[in-house]
Amino acid sequence: MKQMMGLINLEHERDTFQELTYFRCPAAIPFAGRYRLIDFTLSNMVRSGIQEVALFTNQKYRALMDHLGTGVHWGLARRHGGLFILPPDWHDPSDISRGDLRHFHNNRDYFHRSKADYVLVSGSQFIANTDYNAAFQKHLYTGADITLLTTETKLAPGNQQVRPRVELDEDDWVKSLHNDITNPIQFSGTYIIHKELLLELVDACIAYEKTDFFQATIKGNLHKLFVQTYHHTGYSAFIDSLESFYHQNMELLKPANYENMFLNRPPVLTKVSNEPPVKYGPNAQVSSSIVANGCVIEGTVENSVLFRGVHISPDTHIKDSIIMQRCDVASGVDLENVILDKDVHILENQRLIGSAEKPYTLAKRKVLV
Amino acid sequence: MNKEVVAMLLAGGEGKRLGPLTRHLAKPAVPFGGKYRIIDFTLSNCTNSRIETVGVLTQYSPLVLNQHIGAGSPWGLDLPTEGLSILSPYTAKEGGDWYKGTADAIYQNIHYIDQYNPENVLVISGDHIYHMDYNLMLEQHIETNADATISVIEVPWEEASRFGILNTTDSLSIYEFEEKPAAPKNNLASMGIYLFKWQELRKHLIEDAICFESTHDFGKDLIPKMLSVGNSMYAYQFEGYWKDVGTIQSYWEANMDLLNEDLSVSLNCKKWRTYSKVTNEPPQFIAETANIQNALIHSGSYINGTIDTSVLFENVSVGAGSTISHSIIHPNVTIGKNVRIERAIIKENTTIPAGTVISTPPTDEPMVIDDDTLPKRAVTVDYL
Repeated sequence: MKQMMGLINLEHERDTFQELTYFRCPAAIPFAGRYRLIDFTLSNMVRSGIQEVALFTNQKYRALMDHLGTGVHWGLARRHGGLFILPPDWHDPSDISRGDLRHFHNNRDYFHRSKADYVLVSGSQFIANTDYNAAFQKHLYTGADITLLTTETKLAPGNQQVRPRVELDEDDWVKSLHNDITNPIQFSGTYIIHKELLLELVDACIAYEKTDFFQATIKGNLHKLFVQTYHHTGYSAFIDSLESFYHQNMELLKPANYENMFLNRPPVLTKVSNEPPVKYGPNAQVSSSIVANGCVIEGTVENSVLFRGVHISPDTHIKDSIIMQRCDVASGVDLENVILDKDVHILENQRLIGSAEKPYTLAKRKVLV
Repeated sequence: MNKEVVAMLLAGGEGKRLGPLTRHLAKPAVPFGGKYRIIDFTLSNCTNSRIETVGVLTQYSPLVLNQHIGAGSPWGLDLPTEGLSILSPYTAKEGGDWYKGTADAIYQNIHYIDQYNPENVLVISGDHIYHMDYNLMLEQHIETNADATISVIEVPWEEASRFGILNTTDSLSIYEFEEKPAAPKNNLASMGIYLFKWQELRKHLIEDAICFESTHDFGKDLIPKMLSVGNSMYAYQFEGYWKDVGTIQSYWEANMDLLNEDLSVSLNCKKWRTYSKVTNEPPQFIAETANIQNALIHSGSYINGTIDTSVLFENVSVGAGSTISHSIIHPNVTIGKNVRIERAIIKENTTIPAGTVISTPPTDEPMVIDDDTLPKRAVTVDYL
C-alpha cells in the first residue's frame, strides 16, 4: 500500500496577530477552547493514515515544541515513523539555498530515510476537520503529479492574505492559479506530491535561486505538471490575523459550525491536561458558549469561548469574548469583545469594551488592576 | 538496594451494595465526580506519595478497569523496571484458582512481591475517595518498628457499630479488632489500608493459605491472627479528605457533595492532583437555550436544556426543554427533548427518548437507569 508522510511547513505563515504572537509562532496560537492551530492539520494527517510527520519551524517555537512533545497525543510516538521537529539550525558552507528551500536542502537526508512514497505538504492556518485520505486516493487514481486541496470559504474580516484562487477544467485539473477574488475556489495551502518529484523540484529551485518552493515550482510550472484538485466541503477557516482569529472563534459558537467541526466526526486531537469538569455555581448564567474543562463559572457568560481553568467570579458579565487558559476574572467586571491571553488577571470592577472589528487584546500574564 | 515499599492494590471486588452500578464493571471502575473512576484516587495517592511499584489485583468484571488503567501512564506508572502491573488470577503447572479472599490474592502473588524484595508492603483497595500521603504512615510504621500499621479514621460514636473498629492504647498500639461491634469501645474505624513488614506478612500469608477454617480475608482472618500471636501492631490516625461510596445512596450523596465543595481542596487540589485517563473530547457547547446552575459538566457535552444540582460526565447531550436535577449522568448518555430527570443515576451509553420522565421520590434511594431498566422505571409523557 502506498504511504504518505506529512510535512508541516511554517516558513511562510502569516504573522499579524499582534500580542498573541509576541512569544509564540502562529501555529501555537490557542483556538476554540482547548486546541492550538496546528492541532487541526496534525489531526487530519494522523486520521488519514499518516504515521510520520515532519515540521519545518523557523521562529518562536518553544511553546510549539512544549505542546507537541513526543507527539504521543496524536498517536505519533511510534516505533515506525513518528513526529520529527526540524528547527532551523544548519551550518553547511556549500549551502546556496534560500527561503523555505533551506529547510528542504538541509533536511534532505530525512526525506531519503523515510519509507513513504508521497508527501502531504501543509501549513497550519487552514482549519477544518477533514480526511486527506480521500484526496490521496484521488491523487493516485488520476495519476496527477500534484493534487491541491481546495475549499470554498468566505474571507473573514481581517484575513490578511489573498489565498490563491484555482481555475479548473471539467475534470478538476488546474488551468491556472491567480488572485481574482471573484473566483470562490481557494487553494487551502495543502497539497500532495510524490517524494522523488518533490526532491527533484527542490534541486531545480535551488539551482535557480528561488525562495518559495510552492510559488516557484507549482505556480510557475503549471504548463509542465499535471495538477489535480480535491475539494473540501463543510466548515473551514483561514486564520492569519488577530481579526480573523477573533471572528473564527465567534463563528464556532454557531451550533451548525460547532457540530460540523466537532460532533459525529473523528475528534480533533490535542495535548491533554488533567483538569476537572467545569463547575457551574449557583448563580451562573451561561449561554451560546464553548467552555473547556477546569473552568469555575459563577457569573454570566454569553457568546464567548472559555479555555481551560478559567475562573469567572460572581456579578461578572462576559460577552463576545475569548478568555484563554487560567485567566482569573474578579467580581463586578464587565468584558465585551475582549481577548485575554493566558494567565491574565482582571481585578475587581474593571470595564473593558472592544469592538467586533477591533477586539481589545491583553497580552499573556497581564494583571489589570 | 531493596525497595522500601511495594503497594498492592485490591481492585477485584464486586461492590455488591452498589447493585446495578456494578453489573458490568468492578467497583473501582465505577465513574465518580464527572470525570474520574473510583480507583483514580488510590492510584493518584500512590503517584503523589512517590510509590512507584504498584500491583493491581483484578478479578471481577475487569475489562473496563483494565482499559482504564492501561500501562498506568496517566499516573506516571509506565516505568521501565518498576511501575504498574496488573495481577489477574492465573493458572500454572500445579493448577490455578480464583482469588478466594483479599489475603489469598496477595498470597498468590508472593512471587511478584519477592522480585522487588521490599522492606514493607502496603495493601490498599480501590474502593474509597480520599487523599492520603502513604509516606506519613510509613514514617510512623518505621518509627514504632511495627509489624503492621493499620490506617484508621475517627467516625461518630453512634455510627461506630457499622465499621470494623480497632481498640487501641493511648500510644495507638492495637490490642483488639472488632468487626461491627454492638457496643463499640472505640471510634477508630479501619480504612482497609494496611502496611506490613514484608517478611512478617509473607510468613502469615503462607500459614493462612493452608489453614482450612480461614476465609483468607485481611480483616476477618489475618489481622486477628497476627494480634493473637502477639505481633506489634499500631493504628495510624488519618485526618483529611475521605469519602465512602459503598451504597447507591452514599454514592449519590458523595457526588452531590462535590457541588458545594471548594474543588481546589478536593478534585482540583493542585498539591495533590487526581489523575485519570484523559480522552480527547471537544470543549463543551452550551447552547442559547441552556440554563445551568450548581453543576459539574465534563468535556464533549452539548447542553440545550436546564441543569440544576447535577453531575454530568463526558459526551452527554441534553435536548431543549429538558430538565435534569439532583442527578448523575454517566458518559455518553443521550437525552432527548422535553425529558425530566429528578434524583436518578443514568448509566453509561443510555439513550433517553424525548418526553421521558424519570423521578425518584425523596424518600427512596435514587433510581439507577440503563437501557434495560428504562422501560420499567420511566413514564413517557406526550407533550403533543
